[in-house]
Amino acid sequence: MVLVQRPAYKRAMITELGHFALILAFLVAIVQTVVPLIGAARRWNGWMVFAEPAALAQFLLTAFAFGALVWAFTTSDFSLRVVVENSHSAKPMLYKISGTWGNHEGSMLLWVLIVALFGAMAAVFGGGLPPTLKARVLSVQAAIGVAFFAFILFTSNPFDRLAVPPFDGRDLNPLLQDPGLAFHPPFLYLGYVGLSMAFSFAVAALIEGRVDAAWGRWVRPWTLAAWVFLTIGIALGSWWAYYELGWGGFWFWDPVENASFMPWLLAAALLHSAIVVEKREALKSWTILLAIIAFGFSLIGTFIVRSGLLTSVHAFANDPERGVFILFILVIFIGGALTLFAARAQAMEAKGVFGVVSRESALILNNILLAVSCFVVFFGTLWPMVAEMAFDRKLSVGAPFFNAAFTPFMIVLGIVLPVGAMLPWKRGRLGRAAWSLRYAFALAVALAVLIWAMQSGRSALGPVGLFLGAWITFGAIVDLWSRTGRKGSVGRLFRLPGADWGKAVAHTGLGVTMFAIAGLTAWEVEDIRVAQSGQPFEVGQFTLTLQDVRRVQGPNYFSTTADVKVEKDGRFINVLNPEKRDYPVAGMPTTEAAIDYRFLRDLYVVIGDQQADGGWVLRTYIKPLANWIWGGCFLMALGGLLSLSDRRFRVAAGAQKTPPGGVPAE
Amino acid sequence: MKRLLVILLLIASPVSAVQPDEILDDPALEARARDISTGLRCLVCRNESIDESNAELARDLRILLRERLVAGDTDQQAVDFIVARYGEYVLLNPTTTGANLLLWLSGPIMLLIAAAVGWRFLRNRSSQQNTASSDSLSTEEQKRLRQILED
Repeated sequence: MVLVQRPAYKRAMITELGHFALILAFLVAIVQTVVPLIGAARRWNGWMVFAEPAALAQFLLTAFAFGALVWAFTTSDFSLRVVVENSHSAKPMLYKISGTWGNHEGSMLLWVLIVALFGAMAAVFGGGLPPTLKARVLSVQAAIGVAFFAFILFTSNPFDRLAVPPFDGRDLNPLLQDPGLAFHPPFLYLGYVGLSMAFSFAVAALIEGRVDAAWGRWVRPWTLAAWVFLTIGIALGSWWAYYELGWGGFWFWDPVENASFMPWLLAAALLHSAIVVEKREALKSWTILLAIIAFGFSLIGTFIVRSGLLTSVHAFANDPERGVFILFILVIFIGGALTLFAARAQAMEAKGVFGVVSRESALILNNILLAVSCFVVFFGTLWPMVAEMAFDRKLSVGAPFFNAAFTPFMIVLGIVLPVGAMLPWKRGRLGRAAWSLRYAFALAVALAVLIWAMQSGRSALGPVGLFLGAWITFGAIVDLWSRTGRKGSVGRLFRLPGADWGKAVAHTGLGVTMFAIAGLTAWEVEDIRVAQSGQPFEVGQFTLTLQDVRRVQGPNYFSTTADVKVEKDGRFINVLNPEKRDYPVAGMPTTEAAIDYRFLRDLYVVIGDQQADGGWVLRTYIKPLANWIWGGCFLMALGGLLSLSDRRFRVAAGAQKTPPGGVPAE
Repeated sequence: MKRLLVILLLIASPVSAVQPDEILDDPALEARARDISTGLRCLVCRNESIDESNAELARDLRILLRERLVAGDTDQQAVDFIVARYGEYVLLNPTTTGANLLLWLSGPIMLLIAAAVGWRFLRNRSSQQNTASSDSLSTEEQKRLRQILED
């Protein structure tokens, strides 16, 4: 094992400097909270613009502290407690790095780094913001930073030393040693913390007492970015669960999953209601409230994961003291913001007037469905605790409840989405929007009926999912096409603004994911058996043969690897290698499923134990449309990015004003 | 994290989910058993059903459930049998009795409230249309505002 050989005092130096930088960042954040806020109240320009260099300094100092921790992990500095507890010198480099945030202390440092990053980005790119608003936004953002710096320094310091460093570490939980999971937390945090920006804008606007169309336009890119990151983070986590946990489940309604899903639902609602503020100057106070609550759910998520209040498969650090600290942060920020909201919301008078049938009301319906479905998830997640405390009933609320109580909202959302997306602003006619979607509807129904006839007698879930997916997708295409004018043209299609494309692509992604979840649930095939070496067996239209089982040694584990030959109609398809691994340092076995990924289905093989007769337990699943679930998430994220690329946001952010794009010459 | 690791260590003996020797010969009965077991919680795990769990206790419960079904219990009787021994906690799908009604009705009630508030707001917005012309922007101003926003 080659370690970077350096005099020990130099390595110690970098760690100490990191610790010092973290404390400095804490102090800078305190000053950045106070000075610009006073400056904005007194209209002292020098005090207001102080926020910008402070935000940059805070970010650079935090980045240095984070870098120092990464350094300690990569060089396996076992004088640090977190490194000992979560790393090992023989671990692959990628997981040494990802080990930095694979633990409570490091992940909180990553969290606060992202808070500082967003603050710095607002300082750099917020050129077009009014000076008082900008100062207040940066001040609120710094206040969030202060709370979390204090949390890290006082309850979970990653730079804690051990008096007697051991020779080697205890290794990272092997389940977490995986590329999908290495990047799952950073994306989730970018999403959670991205919502802090919407929160800062909301609180700053409440202090200002002014919300206008421009505010809607400024807050939307941050919300959109947060939502895109959350989408990617959740999709990565779900994908990881699918291939790592060994039976191909992709969503468990676990409290911690719900903790990331609730902010996602609210961020989706928020970015839709911000459109109404931007275009129509209505729904202002609701949008502000939503921004506050969305970040509140991010904090609740952090609280749930770290307090150990609710039992979950990935409970992080079950430390009541930390839980109380986060609860305190939650109460101060959300309570404070809501009080401010109660005092100032009346000032947010709506301007835009619109009819009962209009794009505005469709977006209100969108918000109702998303917010109420989020509430259902919230209520279900907390119910076991409430029931135990209030009614002395110890009970569970699991997947069956959420499937039954949450899914109807998504089905209704799927049905109304294409019609709502077609309605014009201010005043529309339902019949007209519905009429322009008649072919999309007919095609979706035809496809669903066809599949229903083909599957003969299985659950209606698959056809219903296909109908929803096809209806949303074709609806998005019709909507996009209608934007090219009365006689649509392909050339004009590609000159449509990014926001139009983003809308169509993201909605299609939602449809694809809905269809995939329904299809996978309805049409999965499972086979569990004891397979004898060399004896072929049939699963669905495939013939599988267990050829060999070998012992293999990996870098920090031992593996039992099987060779399973897959054929279809006598034609060779693939040899799959499911594994069972044993990590001796962490003292923990894992199963590594072998998956033959295809466009329409995955073939998923897991090896179990050897039986007395010499055969091996083999589980085989045919999982139709599995890739489509994450494909749909990818489309949603892509849609968000396309929308972010829209020129109008950059103009709003203060870039050079350009004349509106010329009329296409055709 | 450490506690989680310990728990995983304890339960992750190398058995996994439904084993071939547990599966009943009668496919209809086995299908019922699978269906019920996805709704029963593995008591020593965190939020896993006995159908998915690797724990010994989950295996015991799976076998117990199958024994009840083979003995001729209906689905409800088999579930009641297990609940009588392990308590309500074992049900992943909460009952609709007593206070749990609140849980099940929370979504519909909230939807009704939200819909009522939304509807009132909408009526308000659209009825202002007739009276709003005096103090709101003139069409010329509106047009200019929109132009500024579009750019």
